[in-house]
Amino acid sequence: MEVGIVGYGVYIPRYRLKVEEAARMWGMDAERVKRGLLVEEKSVPGPDEDTATIAVEAARNAVRKAGINPQDIGAIYVGSESHPYAVKPTASIVAEAIMATPDLTAADYEFACKAGTAGIQTCMGMAEAGMIKYGMAIGSDTAQGAPGDPLEYTAAAGGGAFIVGKNGSDTLAAIEGTYSYTTDTPDFWRREMRPYPRHGGRFTGKPAYFKHVLSAAYGLLRQLKLTPQDFAYAVFHQPNGKFPLQAAAELGFKKEQVLPGLLVIKIGNTYSGATMIGLAAILDQAKAGDRILAVSYGSGAGSDAFSLVVRDAIEAKRDASPKVLDYVNNKVNIDYGTYAKFRQLLVR
Amino acid sequence: MRKVAIIGVSCTKFGELWDISFRQMIVEAGARAIEDAGIDGKQIDAMYVGNMSAGQFISQEHISSLIADHAGLVPIPCTRVEAACASGGLALRQGVIAVASGIHDIVVVGGIEKMTDIMTEQTTEALATAADQEWEAFVGATFPGLYAMMARRHMYEYGTTEEQMAMAAVKNHHNACFNPCAQYQMEITVDDVLKSAPVDSPLKLLDCSPITDGAACLILAPAEKAKQYTDTPILVAGTGQASDTLCLHDRSTLTGLRGTVDASRIAYKMAGVGPRDIGFAEVHDCFTIAEIMAIEDLGFCNKGEGGKATEEGETAIGGRIPINTSGGLKGKGHPVGATGIAQAVELVLQLRGEAGKRQVGGTEIGLCHNVGGSGGTVVVHVLKRGD
Amino acid sequence: MKCGFCNKVFFPPRFSCPVCRRKGTLEPYKLNGRGKIVTFAITHVAPNGFEDQVPYAIAIIELEEGPRLTAQVTDCDPNQVKIGDEVEMIFRRIGQEGSDGPIYYGYKARLISPYTLRANVK
Repeated sequence: MEVGIVGYGVYIPRYRLKVEEAARMWGMDAERVKRGLLVEEKSVPGPDEDTATIAVEAARNAVRKAGINPQDIGAIYVGSESHPYAVKPTASIVAEAIMATPDLTAADYEFACKAGTAGIQTCMGMAEAGMIKYGMAIGSDTAQGAPGDPLEYTAAAGGGAFIVGKNGSDTLAAIEGTYSYTTDTPDFWRREMRPYPRHGGRFTGKPAYFKHVLSAAYGLLRQLKLTPQDFAYAVFHQPNGKFPLQAAAELGFKKEQVLPGLLVIKIGNTYSGATMIGLAAILDQAKAGDRILAVSYGSGAGSDAFSLVVRDAIEAKRDASPKVLDYVNNKVNIDYGTYAKFRQLLVR
Repeated sequence: MRKVAIIGVSCTKFGELWDISFRQMIVEAGARAIEDAGIDGKQIDAMYVGNMSAGQFISQEHISSLIADHAGLVPIPCTRVEAACASGGLALRQGVIAVASGIHDIVVVGGIEKMTDIMTEQTTEALATAADQEWEAFVGATFPGLYAMMARRHMYEYGTTEEQMAMAAVKNHHNACFNPCAQYQMEITVDDVLKSAPVDSPLKLLDCSPITDGAACLILAPAEKAKQYTDTPILVAGTGQASDTLCLHDRSTLTGLRGTVDASRIAYKMAGVGPRDIGFAEVHDCFTIAEIMAIEDLGFCNKGEGGKATEEGETAIGGRIPINTSGGLKGKGHPVGATGIAQAVELVLQLRGEAGKRQVGGTEIGLCHNVGGSGGTVVVHVLKRGD
Repeated sequence: MKCGFCNKVFFPPRFSCPVCRRKGTLEPYKLNGRGKIVTFAITHVAPNGFEDQVPYAIAIIELEEGPRLTAQVTDCDPNQVKIGDEVEMIFRRIGQEGSDGPIYYGYKARLISPYTLRANVK
């Protein structure tokens, strides 16, 4: 594998809905919910934000860290479950907004929460084949949980963008390998024209999340002949705080390896952005030589696993745009009424 | 170039005229002006009418034909003039130019707007089309918002206060009590203004002129022939017009209207007078801050002192320079296209000594000031008693 | 656009320099997106499409390179906005043409926060 990450960026909206607020609304025990999900609050997009605006800010931050001319980006893929249009790509809006048009290819991806990482794999192939100089993959979502449904505590908003190119002096993390595991498993879905997704309750655990995350991780470790001890960090898709910690433990990773990438506690599940934002948070603090395991999960179902090794170039590039924690910490708590207004749960 | 005089005036009642249509207002205003001038309809050579937005308010364009038709004046030439809220003043100027040039003798100049046949939200949207649609309205700027931004900057640079702005509204409501045509005949207090609902902070509801129906009309004639029709011809001694950038953010200043300075200079020069010679004026107070900036830009007080001048009563009916004796746009009402004409009507009534309880004494020269949008067009006229 | 003759920068793009007229040639010029609030108002009675955001601050912003523009100041309590505040221009949803028409995207301003200052904006 001769490709790596040249730049990365994220964006997380400012507003937060605490578990306490939603629990208060539906008469549930906030402490019980927090313990069960290992989530404290989630990010909420403002009334003038959507998947496209989030993707654009993440993309602009990635271009700044990469220090490249956006015209050199040959492909842009945006993965999401909440594209602003049912038909009309978000990727072209991003391409125009970052001045990458017109000589590039673009498309939108959908695969629940792993649509963004699927885009990374596509860009890897295109860059390695010499088809493009740089490719950008974005995972961005403004997830919606039905009022009163447990998903309401975690369905959040955010996005991560990664620019992939052939390894060179500007590579900040080389991708050693990638391995994916895909089956048709209906654990979580949303039908056309329906506002909210449905899920299979306990079925979303062992037969869905864990089966695919673990299989992809084992598959990659086998392929690269690596063990958890070879890694400094591991980041997993994070629908709540418990699943990734459980997966990590089962694979043999220590808690300390996982915590830096575990953002869900503070921002909720950013769906297509989740694994990518987690990976970005790790890159914000990793040192040259650190190896990182990243495993996404998308319901339906599939997992993409990546092994990355950080390079020296990261030191110079890291501060060129805001870090994940900058966005996590720049927050404003809102009440449920404001949340309902922002999410258009209340119709005038 | 001939001198031009005003030989007849009229003004309908301004207000929410639910029972009176656009077409009725034309006839009412036109008939009374012709009567006032003592002329016969057949003597009219041409018409100029100011109207901002019949298309948006009553879904009717081509009102030049409509007006000529319903005024019974077909086939004379009738021209509709538009410059947002300066449509009336601009129509007057066009009429003046026509008579001055010798092309026409007796010219009717009118202004008319019927704004209450649609919902308030739609009216507000229609008025907002006076701003730049792509770079101001599109990004969420409202028309009061633009003036509110000027107000805030004026407060920041000169220390003008919300109380001082409120005093302009109080004065204008007071004056309107003596104007039977005015929309409002009620006194208000500074406290009323300050407590009224915020619209675009720092402007509140009572800082803003209302939505109004109304029409006004003037009859122009060459000055040399005016005495044939009236013992009290009023001379249009000066006319001035200026354009400025459409967007507020492109202006050279945010605390005044350069258009006012430019247009008034031209009018002053033509009339051979300066600000000190003006006895009283009707200025464009679409918002209270607009009056404060206007008296500064017209040269009636120093830049930045408009608030103080208002506070100290200099612009009241008995003051040094009475402003908006008619009640202004705030008290009299603001049927957009009619305002510029109605301002001139007030000047004529004052100069003739027919202003009743709001009469200003001992003056021969008045000025009217009409602004389009946030200042993209300004028209100024200086009127003098013709002896 | 920037005029090659007098170096004045214009936004939105113009095709003839109003200062130099024919002497100047205008070239595309990328603005860095930073500016200061020159004046603002807090809108309580919103136009169509902005009702859910009331009250919001609408401001005239002077960009670092010179041109001024009008924009909403988003993601803040409008009562915290002051003349002189530094802002960055960001990409946000402005409105839409009904529920089945196109979505309008454009620029809004956001107050600079401590973390924004750390980023080296080129």
